[in-house]
Amino acid sequence: MIPVTQAMLYLDGLSVSFDGFKALNNLSIDLAPGELRAVIGPNGAGKSTMMDVITGKTRPDAGVALFLGRHDLTLLDETQIANLGIGRKFQKPSVIETLTVEENLELALVGNRSPWQAIMQILRPQDRHSMSEVASRVGLTDALDQLGGTLSHGQKQWLEIGMLLLQEPKVLLVDEPAAGMTDSETLKTAELLKSLAGEHTVMVVEHDMEFVEALGCKVTVLHEGHVLAEGSLSHVSSNDEVVDVYLGR
Amino acid sequence: MIGLRLRQLVFASIVALIAYVFAANVMLPASMGMALDSYSLTIIGKYLCFAMLAVALDLVWGYCGILSLGHAAFFSLGGYAMGMYLMRQIGERGTYGHPVLPDFMVFLNWEQLPWFWYGFDAFWFAGLMIFFAPGMLAFVFGWFAFRSRVSGVYLSIITQALTYALMLAFFRNEMGFGGNNGLTDFKDLLGYPLASNGVRVWLMLASGLALLLSLFLCQKLLATKFGRVLVAVRDSESRTRFLGYRVEHFKLFAFVMSAMIAGLAGALYVPQVGIINPGEFSPLASIEVVVWVALGGRGSLYGAALGAIVVNAAKTFFTGSYPEAWLFFLGAMFVISTLYLPRGILGALEDLAQQVKGNAPKLSTEELS
Repeated sequence: MIPVTQAMLYLDGLSVSFDGFKALNNLSIDLAPGELRAVIGPNGAGKSTMMDVITGKTRPDAGVALFLGRHDLTLLDETQIANLGIGRKFQKPSVIETLTVEENLELALVGNRSPWQAIMQILRPQDRHSMSEVASRVGLTDALDQLGGTLSHGQKQWLEIGMLLLQEPKVLLVDEPAAGMTDSETLKTAELLKSLAGEHTVMVVEHDMEFVEALGCKVTVLHEGHVLAEGSLSHVSSNDEVVDVYLGR
Repeated sequence: MIGLRLRQLVFASIVALIAYVFAANVMLPASMGMALDSYSLTIIGKYLCFAMLAVALDLVWGYCGILSLGHAAFFSLGGYAMGMYLMRQIGERGTYGHPVLPDFMVFLNWEQLPWFWYGFDAFWFAGLMIFFAPGMLAFVFGWFAFRSRVSGVYLSIITQALTYALMLAFFRNEMGFGGNNGLTDFKDLLGYPLASNGVRVWLMLASGLALLLSLFLCQKLLATKFGRVLVAVRDSESRTRFLGYRVEHFKLFAFVMSAMIAGLAGALYVPQVGIINPGEFSPLASIEVVVWVALGGRGSLYGAALGAIVVNAAKTFFTGSYPEAWLFFLGAMFVISTLYLPRGILGALEDLAQQVKGNAPKLSTEELS
């Protein structure tokens, strides 16, 4: 199929309502390949719902969601979308608590996901290599044998980012990565996400304005389910409407 | 480490039991007086079959979070498949002496054998059906249930409905499975008389080996990445889906495998007790299996096997000596295990051993070995 758009991720006119409440209202965003984008907005602005639509958890009432200009995300389910190459980090860290860090990473490792393959699979040296590389990148080398449930909140966030990396997705959707992190960890996370852009397309949802500033990328402001403003952080923060609904005077 | 040792202990006890019976009843002359009598052999054989059923349930409940309240249905289907073979072995020795039709069909004035009884005169065919019938039911049921993402308590309720529906169906004479009375009056198995002590020994040994084999197979399966995906499904199903795993396929695989183990257990059970009737499908029977697993230690295959043996040994004792107290005792065991033994007997023993050693108990986890 010929791509109908050059955008990596193309959302147009998305609407979702729950019992009359419009979580998304004619939302349109597009992300270029390799772009890093921050999405901000007050609670209930539709940030998580937007991610739910992209990852197939929620079906929109109206609108278009295209991946690589040719995959209609509104027709696929979570597993298909994940295997196409869209990875997601959840707002609440959701690592598998009864598996060790290493086992969590192994589950995320890119590869055939069929049950049969899971039975037959033996980790190859290059798999172990990429797992230990990611572990050191997210600072969990010493915690490989620890159970996911025993990690601190910040470590869980890191583990989840590590799992995301091992999936080798084309698009990373990262929901509030800095929540529960110390200032230095937050900066480290921002650096990591910045380093991923280019190779991957990254969309970050965040509340922490310092973190968004550290990302130094284009910002989209959501409000009541649609885009209120888009541009550099200084551009959107000088927007009167944005100041009214979100940043406060 | 201690957990590992306890599991080895359970495994070794089963091996020792098999070795003892083999030595005392098969190898040594009867004059030694060490051989077990028929009654004990049958009782032990029954417990071993129940232990297998518990292992089957633990595979899906303990490791994949599917609380099946209908596992006795798979057990019974395996039992019926074996029962049908045994019925056809009776031949002309039945009360009515019909060469092909089992007694109950003659009694119902049936002219010929229903099509689904064809082939059951051959042991190999019955042997296949022992796995195929429960496996197929689990596959069809699981295909629809898991694809529609029915899970948790809703899944438990429909498994309960499944076994109840099967019970009602098998009670009907028109179904062709002997109705209310089920299948009984078996004469011989592979040409050997069932009543003989020798056959009972071999049936008990087969049950023990089948239990060891299912423990071994499940353990091997759980030690692969497949096992870790199952645990991930149990603990965070949607997360596993977002990682790109087709959760329903994993559940289906485990569910079908579990049903087949349950079927094999049922098939070994029926010749030992000498009867299979629709009562085996009763919802209560499936719930009892859940009690065995919970009490023994959910999420530990050996715990499940241990639980089945302990509860059934207690059942034999109480229903013999204090029949009126049995249900109270069963209820008490379930309450106690829920309140004080969240990880079952095996888990409690592990913690105890840890404390004796002077180590603080570890964070409770279901270990995968």
